[in-house]
Amino acid sequence: MVEMKTLDMREGAQGRRQQGEEITVGSLRARSYWMMVWVRLRRDPVSMVCGVILILIALASIFAPWLAPHDPYQTSVFKRLAPIGSPNYLLGADELGRDMLSRLLYGGRVSLFVGLFPVVGALLVGGTAGIAAGFVGGRTNMLIMRLMDVFYAFPSVLLAIAISGALGAGFFNVILSLTLILIPPIARVSESVTTQVRTYDFVEAARASGAGSWTIIRVHVLSNVLGPIFIYATSLMSFSIIVASGLSFLGLGVTPPTADWGLMLSTLRQSIWVNPYVAALPGAMIFITSLCFNLLSDGLRSAMDMRL
Amino acid sequence: MMTVHPERAAGRSEREQPLLAVRGLRKYFPVKGGLFNRSVAMVQAVDEVSFEVREGEVLGIVGESGCGKSTTARLLMRLIEPDAGEVSFDGAAVGTRDGISTKELRRQVQMVFQDSYSSLNPRLPVEDTIAFGPIVHGIGRTEAKERAYRLLGEVGLDPQRFGRRYPHELSGGQRQRINIARALALRPKLVLLDEAVSALDKSVEAQVLNLLLDLKKEFSLTYLFISHDLSVVHYISDRVLVMYLGKIVEIGPVDLVYNCPVHPYTRALLLSRPSMDPGDRKTEPPLSGDPPTPINPPSGCRFRTRCAYAEEVCERIEPTLFELDEHRNHQTACHMAVPGSGHSKAAASTTA
Repeated sequence: MVEMKTLDMREGAQGRRQQGEEITVGSLRARSYWMMVWVRLRRDPVSMVCGVILILIALASIFAPWLAPHDPYQTSVFKRLAPIGSPNYLLGADELGRDMLSRLLYGGRVSLFVGLFPVVGALLVGGTAGIAAGFVGGRTNMLIMRLMDVFYAFPSVLLAIAISGALGAGFFNVILSLTLILIPPIARVSESVTTQVRTYDFVEAARASGAGSWTIIRVHVLSNVLGPIFIYATSLMSFSIIVASGLSFLGLGVTPPTADWGLMLSTLRQSIWVNPYVAALPGAMIFITSLCFNLLSDGLRSAMDMRL
Repeated sequence: MMTVHPERAAGRSEREQPLLAVRGLRKYFPVKGGLFNRSVAMVQAVDEVSFEVREGEVLGIVGESGCGKSTTARLLMRLIEPDAGEVSFDGAAVGTRDGISTKELRRQVQMVFQDSYSSLNPRLPVEDTIAFGPIVHGIGRTEAKERAYRLLGEVGLDPQRFGRRYPHELSGGQRQRINIARALALRPKLVLLDEAVSALDKSVEAQVLNLLLDLKKEFSLTYLFISHDLSVVHYISDRVLVMYLGKIVEIGPVDLVYNCPVHPYTRALLLSRPSMDPGDRKTEPPLSGDPPTPINPPSGCRFRTRCAYAEEVCERIEPTLFELDEHRNHQTACHMAVPGSGHSKAAASTTA
């Protein structure tokens, strides 16, 4: 592997020289570091099981139109709250007689989307703001972090309700309000990790080597702060799914009859005495997905820490 | 890369040009506090420090903790901006239009830090840490890697075995060797060694010291060796500079300073070394108490609060560096050494 890499480097050396070496430092380094993380992650059975479950859930949701045995919006008076294992209705039916399996598959699309996108969005905005604040320090840090504190002062769920309430119900507004409430915590974690890394001598040594701030951030800071930030972000995915479910529950998220795990849980709760197993299914899906995200982030933490 | 001015080239041939000349270097750190984070006081970390480093020598800097040794090194590298003072490297003033840029200075002057662990990026294999500096300065990746491999060999680590390792997989001595290799990767002329061996245990310390001396010969380096360990400084240095509370109190050839120290602080510092002879055990510390705070240093001579010979003149007038020996360049900042300074011991000490 080492030999192959040397060859690869030799090939591109001339071309890269003109367009500035600094760019290649980060990218080449980052690749082999993440390779090592992947190798270590593969050795952890819990992470691998969780990863496989998440991939299966994601695939099932993506291919829901082909996998679903029924139309998720097709109601049937006779099939209302059919128990699990009914003929043709593998996981039973909900209070309007819609097929649970189909609705769970379609619901996963919304729930996973709502778990992933606000976190990615908040990671881009909050992570950048936090790393910038931490690295620059001084007044810039003060300005950015106090701004984040203003948002942080509100309980996040309450803030999400307020924003969604102001913007109105709807899928896009849920994503927007969740992104907004996730930015401050991610920014705060990014800032504190970066501030800590900045004090290490290797950042000073890099500066003493004549490197500019961008190169230092790319090569020396990012490799040390992205791990903890990613781990934190992964753990926020389950939070995002749960808050989104809560918003749907309150009627501020996606609107019926859209299939969404949170919304399904809220409508089925009245039927919990009639058919508890069917009513618990969307909750179980939320539980499994959140748990897998959390365990995966835990495994990622161990895999990224080269000292372990 | 460096443009040589005609005057500078001429000046070098006329008389020996110091590699590094520092004049009136000063850094006061503000102490923030009170309402609106105003600066309420100043820590006088380095105050009007002037010295020269000649090409090929080892200049040792000694002093108690907090006397401004490390701050001086960081000021020289421009890791901290000085408040005042001029630093010229090889005759070219740093940061001026016709001098050399900070980036160029950081190629010619490199630094080895005390903490061998936190001065290496834990996420980078050590060969990449060494190659980083050359790449930043526009040397191709392949060449930088080759240079890193060669340097690993130079510092006594097998490149094949150690190149891909991460810092946590190395011992303290090995890590400090990596730090030295990193500092040498830019082929500097001057290396600042800030307590570079202080954190190592004694046997490893000796190995690394000898390695430093070998490398100095091989790459014709100049060292600025900062340490609180007087014996190590004695071993490695040609000249020694003694600092107290941000000021130079004595500077001169290492044998002269160690054998006949003039400044009372230098004398006390040298007396505080434990003796090799068990019969010669000291029970009284030659120097008691902590140095006064650099926020409000004593007036006049900064050492007078702990000096046995302090007199009225020491409180009134701040001593400046005084040449004791023209030929050997031994200077001290003490009224007792200056004839006619008003100190009662002044006349006696001039004969020495």
